[in-house]
Amino acid sequence: MNKEHLGHGTVRSYLTGFILSISLTLLVFFLVNLHISSGHITISHELLTGAIIVLALAQLVVQLIFFLYLAGRGSSARWNLVVFLSTASIVLIIVIGSIWIMNHLNYNMMSGSNMNVYMQNEEGIHK
Amino acid sequence: MYCRPPKSRKLKPGEIQMDKHDNNDKTIFGFWVYLMTDLVMFAALFATFAVLRNNTFGGPQAGELFSLPFALSETLILLTSSFTCGLGILSARSGDKNKTILLFASTFVLGTAFLAMELSEFSHLISEGNGFQRSAFLSSFFTLVGTHGLHIAAGLVWMGILIVRILKRGLTDSVLRKLTLLSLFWHFLDIVWIFIFSIVYLIGVI
Amino acid sequence: MMAFIFGKLTFAALPHQWYTLGATFSIAVGGLGIAVILTYFKRWKWLWKEWLTSTDPKKIGVMYIVVSSVMFFRGGIDAGMIWLQQALSAGGSHGFLTGSHFQQIFTAHGDIMVFFVTMGLLFGLINYVVPLQIGARDLAFPFLNTLGFWLYVAGAALINLFFVLGGDFAATGWLAQAPLSELQYSPGVGVDYWIWSLQVSGLGTLLGGINFLVTILKMRAPGMTLMKMPLFVWTSLCSMVLVISVFPILTVTMGLLFLDRFAGFHFFTTGFGGNAMLYTNLIWMWGHPEVYILILPAFGVYSEVVATFSQKRLAGYVSMVCATIAITLLALLVWLHHFFTMGAGADVNAFFGMMTMVIAIPTGAQVFNWLSTMYKGRIRFFTPMRWFLGFISTFTLGGMAGVMMAVPPIDFQVHNSLFLVAHFHTMVIGGALFGIFAGLTYWFPKVMGFRLNERLGRYAFWCWIVGFFTSFVPLYILGFMGATRRLDHYDVSTGWQPLFMVSAAGLVIIACGVSLQIVQVVVSIKQRKQNLDTTGDPWNGRTLEWSTVSPPPFYNFAIIPKVASRDAFWEMKQNKKSKQEKMQYEDIYMPKNTAMGIYVAGFVFLVGFALVWHIIWLAVAGLLGATICVIIRTFDEETEYVLPAAEVAKIEAGRNTNG
Repeated sequence: MNKEHLGHGTVRSYLTGFILSISLTLLVFFLVNLHISSGHITISHELLTGAIIVLALAQLVVQLIFFLYLAGRGSSARWNLVVFLSTASIVLIIVIGSIWIMNHLNYNMMSGSNMNVYMQNEEGIHK
Repeated sequence: MYCRPPKSRKLKPGEIQMDKHDNNDKTIFGFWVYLMTDLVMFAALFATFAVLRNNTFGGPQAGELFSLPFALSETLILLTSSFTCGLGILSARSGDKNKTILLFASTFVLGTAFLAMELSEFSHLISEGNGFQRSAFLSSFFTLVGTHGLHIAAGLVWMGILIVRILKRGLTDSVLRKLTLLSLFWHFLDIVWIFIFSIVYLIGVI
Repeated sequence: MMAFIFGKLTFAALPHQWYTLGATFSIAVGGLGIAVILTYFKRWKWLWKEWLTSTDPKKIGVMYIVVSSVMFFRGGIDAGMIWLQQALSAGGSHGFLTGSHFQQIFTAHGDIMVFFVTMGLLFGLINYVVPLQIGARDLAFPFLNTLGFWLYVAGAALINLFFVLGGDFAATGWLAQAPLSELQYSPGVGVDYWIWSLQVSGLGTLLGGINFLVTILKMRAPGMTLMKMPLFVWTSLCSMVLVISVFPILTVTMGLLFLDRFAGFHFFTTGFGGNAMLYTNLIWMWGHPEVYILILPAFGVYSEVVATFSQKRLAGYVSMVCATIAITLLALLVWLHHFFTMGAGADVNAFFGMMTMVIAIPTGAQVFNWLSTMYKGRIRFFTPMRWFLGFISTFTLGGMAGVMMAVPPIDFQVHNSLFLVAHFHTMVIGGALFGIFAGLTYWFPKVMGFRLNERLGRYAFWCWIVGFFTSFVPLYILGFMGATRRLDHYDVSTGWQPLFMVSAAGLVIIACGVSLQIVQVVVSIKQRKQNLDTTGDPWNGRTLEWSTVSPPPFYNFAIIPKVASRDAFWEMKQNKKSKQEKMQYEDIYMPKNTAMGIYVAGFVFLVGFALVWHIIWLAVAGLLGATICVIIRTFDEETEYVLPAAEVAKIEAGRNTNG
């Protein structure tokens, strides 16, 4: 039977992926812990959020390559990658699109007092 | 009008149809496509969570509810189970029946531990009055994390059935194919968990 | 105790209004009639073995078309009731429908026409034609195919069940927007029926999408690269890409709504932090690509029909493929144009407005390619070609209306007016439905083995096109005059009534068209011996399905063809490849029939029914039943049988001497 499609990978590749994933997980946990235990001032909120997302994406790539063989050669791995990338684009459209739209909708639904707060905080306009 | 299959015969035991080697390819690709639809479903749940994350209706926010060490333990457990699952596939491909069963049983145990931790977190929240009916934020938390948990549960049922099959019939080609599908499913769930861990727990508490 | 066994179900749910009684009676009479006929002709076993448990995509395709046609009548009657009400109900007169009933009717009309008629008819065509066009014998996953069909039937059963048990359907519009669809404002079971009939059939659609995608990508005949596929296959592929991309969003959104209603969650409620606008965002994220799912295969049919009946190669194949792909991608980026007025502000509206306008460009490119194919062709005016020409006139009109509404300031004036209603009906009827009619008349000889009566087809077409314009042009005008949609009553001083009456007259003309279509089928069956399709190629076609007999043998091709170019069959004919050469038959492996699809779908139907009525034990039992059936199926190692080469040779030889 043709076992080619049942995936490639060796003990070594799984181990590498596992160690990398654990490291990334511990790293991001450490960063967040540092931020919290120092009273939320060590790293800026935006920067930390960005770091968390970047590290999550890094672990995604690691797991895709080492556990799911998406970087392999051969036409079946190629098709899997194509399908994955298309779906990833749709995921981005769904998540980012929703956040963008709903954020703007909230803008128009704001009450008067909230509007003043918004103008101060977001637009820097002080009455 | 339509031709009826006249004298056909059954497949002989072990007979493989001529283009059957494509069967693995087709089935695995088809399952991968299904996983992508699952990914879109999770994306919609993530989008919902992202939009509703601050709608606590006066209730407690993420930072007050979630324990980071707890979430980290869950993450490491699931990650390890993904690793044992991968090793299990390798043993299966090399034909080592006992090692395969051992590794998948370990995956099963770790997965169950993960699920148990998650259920305990849910019941803790509910008993404190922070259940899914409390606010939109909590509704979306329970649904996103709970849907992932349901998938894990389904995976465990599937795993149990396959372990029993390996015990009874050994590592046949069809079992090998099903194990591959299961491992894809299991790795996929671990990947989704990375994002739940990052977005719900980590970003929630900072 | 009763509450545990029956949930919310009581005797009050039995039909007691004139319309539920009428519908229940029709369903009973229809069902009984069919049962009597089957018993009289002793055809129960034949029906079970030959059709219901079949995994043959040709049979499943025909069944999709039959069920969709039945649902079409229900949706059409709904349309008739709407038209009649709006024509009559002005000033002192209040028509014959109550407000609440009217709301249920337009809701049901929309859902049935979109989900159960158009989707069903298209899935029927794709099931039958795509494997033939790519030189395959079956789909990639035959079991999923039958399961998907029966889930569709289960969904149709649920949406009809509320007539018999329930009484009130959702009165929320076809997409059941929150917060109207929340428990607070829709306390009955109507919205729950809506949710579960669509969830169940949506699951079937998703499985079908996966199936078609894998089939097209992995099971093409040797030599048929992607750029040699017929356009109908390309558009089906892109349509299925959209199905896979967005149906999970529908599943989630309806699921969240159900959690709100059933378990007190707060996603879209008014209060506790819920955000009803999120529902609108999510549902249209699915809803817009859905309309492209409907139109793309219709575009594919037009490409086939225009090329065949102009006796010319389709102009600009590469640009057609690129345009199809462009439409697929853009379809995912325009959904906000359904709620410009919800208040997202200028930046957001501008982005989506621009993307919506852009999507008209590849569509226009396709129209020009079709016209260019006709140019200097030798056009034969058979019925499918007429449907195409009808489409060109209607779709251009409706499409321009669409581009107008893509401009947010204009949309603010005509949003939710009859202008909008006229636009989308033009798209769905003039675009998708005409395409389906073109496809059905085009492939009818292949499926049935004899041709349709051309004259009746011509009359039916003219009734449809005249009726269509008579019905919908007044609606465009009414929209500009300020008439909003979903009105069950209006003031005479608006001056709208004459136009509504013209529109209703148009419906009568369309009804004539539909009647003629039915008569056409009946007459054609009676005259079939004179109109036999003996060659398998009645239109001098260009694609592989025409290389088989009509109807094709259950294995489609005795020998899988080798493809060297686009319009594969045309090339074979040009090179005068004899079908007699190379009679080297091989064993053919075919999937067995299976009843598992019916059983699983039956259990899923029970789950849906139980959740509507809050009968928890039944829901759990149904879920267990469905799961166990699926597990049993996965244990089944003998899902195929072998047709020995000698048998294949016999069937083919028999065909040659007879045909």
